[in-house]
Amino acid sequence: MQIWRAILAHPTGRIGAAIIGLYILLALLGAVGLTPHDPLQQFRIDRLKPPSGTYWMGTDLFGRDTASRLMVGIGQSFIIAFASVGLAALAGSIIGLLAGWWGGVADGVLMRIMDVLLSFPAILLALLIIAIVGPGTFTSVAAIAIVYTPIFARVVRGPTLSLKRREFVDAARTFGSSQRYILSHHLLLNLVAPLTVQVTLALAWALLTEAGLSFLGLGTQPPAPSLGLMMSEARNLMQQAPWLLAFPGLTIMLGILGFNLFGDALRDILDPRSQERSS
Amino acid sequence: MSRLLSVRDLRVGFGRRPEAAPVVKGVSFDLEAGETLAIVGESGSGKSVTALSVNRLVDFGGGRIVAGDMAFTRADGSVLDLRQARGRDLNRIRGREISMIFQEPMTSLNPVHTIGAQIEEAFRLSRGLRGAAAHKAALEALERVRIPDAETRLRYYPHQLSGGMRQRVMIAMALAGNPRLLIADEPTTALDVTVQAQIMALLAELKAQLGMAMIFITHDIGLVAGVADKVLVMQDGVAVEQGALDQVLDAPQHAYTQHLLRAVPHFSGGRAVRDDAPQAGARHAIVAVRDLSVRFPFGRSVFGRSAGAIHAVEGVGFDIVRGETLAIVGESGSGKSTTARAMLGLVDVHRGRIETSDAESRRPVQMVFQDPFASLNPRMTVDSILAEPAIAAGRKQDAELRERMLFLLGKVGLAEDALLRYPHQFSGGQRQRLCIARALMLNPDVVVLDEAVSALDVSVQAKVLDLLVDLQEEFGLAYLFISHDMAVVERIAHRVAVMYAGEIVEIGSARNVLGQPQHSYTKRLIAAVPGIELRRQHYALDSSAVPSLVRERGYEPPEARWRDLGNDHRVRLEDE
Amino acid sequence: MSYLARRLLTFPLILLGVSLLVFFSIRLIPGDAITAMLGTEAGLLTPAQRQALAAYFGIDQPVVVQYGRWLTGLLRGDLGVSVTYGRPVLDVILERFPLTLELALLSMLIALAVGVPAGVLAATRKEKASDVGIRVLAMLGQSTPNFVVGLLIIYILSVYFGFIPAMGAFTSLWVDPFANLGQLIFPAITLGFAFAASVTRISRSAMLDVLSDDYIRTARSKGAPGRSVIWHHALPNALIPVVTLSGVEFGYLLGGAVIVEQIFALPGLGRLTLDAIAQRDYALVQGSVLFIAFNFLIVNLLVDLAYAALDPRIRLGAR
Repeated sequence: MQIWRAILAHPTGRIGAAIIGLYILLALLGAVGLTPHDPLQQFRIDRLKPPSGTYWMGTDLFGRDTASRLMVGIGQSFIIAFASVGLAALAGSIIGLLAGWWGGVADGVLMRIMDVLLSFPAILLALLIIAIVGPGTFTSVAAIAIVYTPIFARVVRGPTLSLKRREFVDAARTFGSSQRYILSHHLLLNLVAPLTVQVTLALAWALLTEAGLSFLGLGTQPPAPSLGLMMSEARNLMQQAPWLLAFPGLTIMLGILGFNLFGDALRDILDPRSQERSS
Repeated sequence: MSRLLSVRDLRVGFGRRPEAAPVVKGVSFDLEAGETLAIVGESGSGKSVTALSVNRLVDFGGGRIVAGDMAFTRADGSVLDLRQARGRDLNRIRGREISMIFQEPMTSLNPVHTIGAQIEEAFRLSRGLRGAAAHKAALEALERVRIPDAETRLRYYPHQLSGGMRQRVMIAMALAGNPRLLIADEPTTALDVTVQAQIMALLAELKAQLGMAMIFITHDIGLVAGVADKVLVMQDGVAVEQGALDQVLDAPQHAYTQHLLRAVPHFSGGRAVRDDAPQAGARHAIVAVRDLSVRFPFGRSVFGRSAGAIHAVEGVGFDIVRGETLAIVGESGSGKSTTARAMLGLVDVHRGRIETSDAESRRPVQMVFQDPFASLNPRMTVDSILAEPAIAAGRKQDAELRERMLFLLGKVGLAEDALLRYPHQFSGGQRQRLCIARALMLNPDVVVLDEAVSALDVSVQAKVLDLLVDLQEEFGLAYLFISHDMAVVERIAHRVAVMYAGEIVEIGSARNVLGQPQHSYTKRLIAAVPGIELRRQHYALDSSAVPSLVRERGYEPPEARWRDLGNDHRVRLEDE
Repeated sequence: MSYLARRLLTFPLILLGVSLLVFFSIRLIPGDAITAMLGTEAGLLTPAQRQALAAYFGIDQPVVVQYGRWLTGLLRGDLGVSVTYGRPVLDVILERFPLTLELALLSMLIALAVGVPAGVLAATRKEKASDVGIRVLAMLGQSTPNFVVGLLIIYILSVYFGFIPAMGAFTSLWVDPFANLGQLIFPAITLGFAFAASVTRISRSAMLDVLSDDYIRTARSKGAPGRSVIWHHALPNALIPVVTLSGVEFGYLLGGAVIVEQIFALPGLGRLTLDAIAQRDYALVQGSVLFIAFNFLIVNLLVDLAYAALDPRIRLGAR
């Protein structure tokens, strides 16, 4: 497709796409068990081994292979990020679209509810949800989704407000087009581009939040590997085994970087206004 | 006279390889001290880029001068090639020796600084004035451009002033350094025609006072007729013709100049109106508008009561007759577009009736909007765009519908393969043709054309007007033609209504209203229209402003009194 | 100003929404406060003792009644008593707040001091080496979780300087400014890192937008030198998005930086809330979350005031 060609031609979008592609590949390999070692198996004689031919990224306190755990951890992070952002984008878009389209009282009520959610710091809201339902994958997804819903609602409401004043919507009204037709053809169709950009950037943020939650021990529960948890476990071993900190840290950073680069490239391509800004 | 500027073989390009596809391709001209050169051309002709090259502002827009030289004689008599000049020298020349005013007065002033601060800055930069001296100079400058109550206005921010006022501020600022050359880049294009006349008069007066030279960029050859000594006509980056004003206007040599002079509508005071109006006996109104009022309440409190309302349209009435064009002319804020939108139900009507009778279509009134770029959904293909009215009317997307689309595409002069393309793949004129085709999909009786040709280049405008006339004759359409452009109205209207401050002040046959205007506003409007034939006429300074439309809650206007001049010509009586 | 007035009107509404949400949602948390408070000793209580304890903390009533009581208390400035600390909630919060406020201010200071000049520089040197360098750094900054930065800083400190942050009492700025700064500077750098990256990116893109505006061309046509064009004409117009972003980030930092407080062993508002949730200390959770939301709204209001100060169109009302 045209958009893919544009991204691959974009100097940083290419790098972002490559990183995301690589991560998805690693996660898939991890999911079907094609890791160098069993991520849960404890090689008791090989505790805290530095990186080597056998253990590419060393082993942890229990003698588990870091590289294998990272591969599975990436998959875990991605599932949570994609699921939560997907939910948030869906709920937020519907709320934002209707608030913007209806205007008036409905807009006021919906957006004030969004303000209530927004006035909580993200991590705190997640903590509260996790305290209620208990930690785990599903909880992380729900927590992050709720945190990002108001953001999507705002992202969609703004353009909806300006789109509904555009002349092509006026024109549609003069033909007597139905509300459903106007919403689907004139509004949603034009919201696809800003939404795509926002989804990509939100994926980066979701990865960040997920890592933070699992770092605090509130996300994925041990012994299942997760990137934040691995870093948290490595904290007290940083002097003996710095690789336990370095590899998960780099993995998280690079993953988020991938989505940020990809999202920026998308914005350059889809938003004509920013085209000359950073070509 | 002494040579001020001599430009030779100027070539300017943009982007990474500016020499590959230059926008200005070898333009040469000379300018004597105190002389005015008009550069005329349509959009994309390179006229603005040429002007911006002279003070090298083109550098900041990503442009680069790839060849040529521009010898500028400085105040001290030394000659400098502006193309080779260094940044520091250019900063010293800009504002002191070469000043500039721009097309968009709404965006050309910094929104976060007061206009006083901005004018004072110009005096500081050009003459080193500071503090009280700068303040005094700014005050005098505002008075010089005829801004009333200048002392107070110095403390205003740009958004508190109208477009015409802002352009005066720009002029005051540009003249701070007593420049020897003023570059004016379409300075009146964004303004109403009466305001345009005020600005042109001011520029002419100040130019005579200060003896400065001027480069005046415009797309309107009629506008420069009154101010220019020399004319340079540009097309596709090339100067196709240049010479003394009378020579170029009276005996154009190049085909493009001839085309510009011929194809472009020029206002001739009602002598060029159409004479194909329907016979008096065959006149029956399809739409009758009676006592139409539209008000926009503002300052609504928590309890839903409004403090007052903008009376955008007040007591407007007219008939639209089959086969006839009724034009509504007026300036921004006159309520003409609101009237159009009320006809289509796009704004809530406060009072009055819009009655449709004798119509053949289920949706008898359709509309074409001003901006052909905004009125087509950029994400839909042309076939979905054209199908929309039919789908809204409950029809299926079948072969018959496709037939109709192809038929109309042919009528508006577009090829069949247009159906699968997106709006951005068409030019402005083609897009407006698409909009017309779309409006005709449901076989309307009346088409409302809201400034439908205003956004188009002059020669494209002429072709679309011809198309409209053809379609009117073929389908017996009635048009409600909303426009601010008297020359265009003269070409297409059978009847004309003049709107001012939300009310119709004069209505009648185009010949009568345009030829023998009776209301003082109509007279003023017509006098302000620039024209080649009016070139000897001097603009008189006139600084009247449009009355406010903001009314207190509960205000009702007094009943209008009319005088009937007979022969289809009515004028509203004015207060003594 | 009617816009600000409307903001002020919705203020109590949002706080009410926040309090409702918090009040009822924490009661969905499984487990009860008394068990959480006393741990295994709770098993030794007779039902009557348990009942008395619950009555003492007011948690024996139906939830709606509890909410009503709490709300009326709130109007008198009484946020209730913390089960964990046995002290008024407001006292506990205000004890932790100075640290959080100082940390947030310090982080924002770092972010603005680094981010704005870097963004402006990048915008004016578009596509040059310095622009590319700044953009790469900003992109990395935005992609690095703060615990990664924090742990990296601690690693460097411990390996090269033998310094390990220890949980200790927080030293107030007024008691010993140097000790105070020593405690806060590294957490502030940790938080300021990503913050500065965001500020840089938004300053750059806002400046690029503004630099292509018509009035910049006007300033140049007057002969204004480049420095004046950038700082006097462009920057004031580019600050609004920077203020928006800084306001939101600062507002969130006032809610306590849970992770950074954890890493650097700081007794801030974030950890207080985290612990209160774990302890089922209803009054404390309600109080601190409401306090945090209140701060967030205050910051938003300040941001609106800053808009008005920066932009006369907002201050005087656009026509």
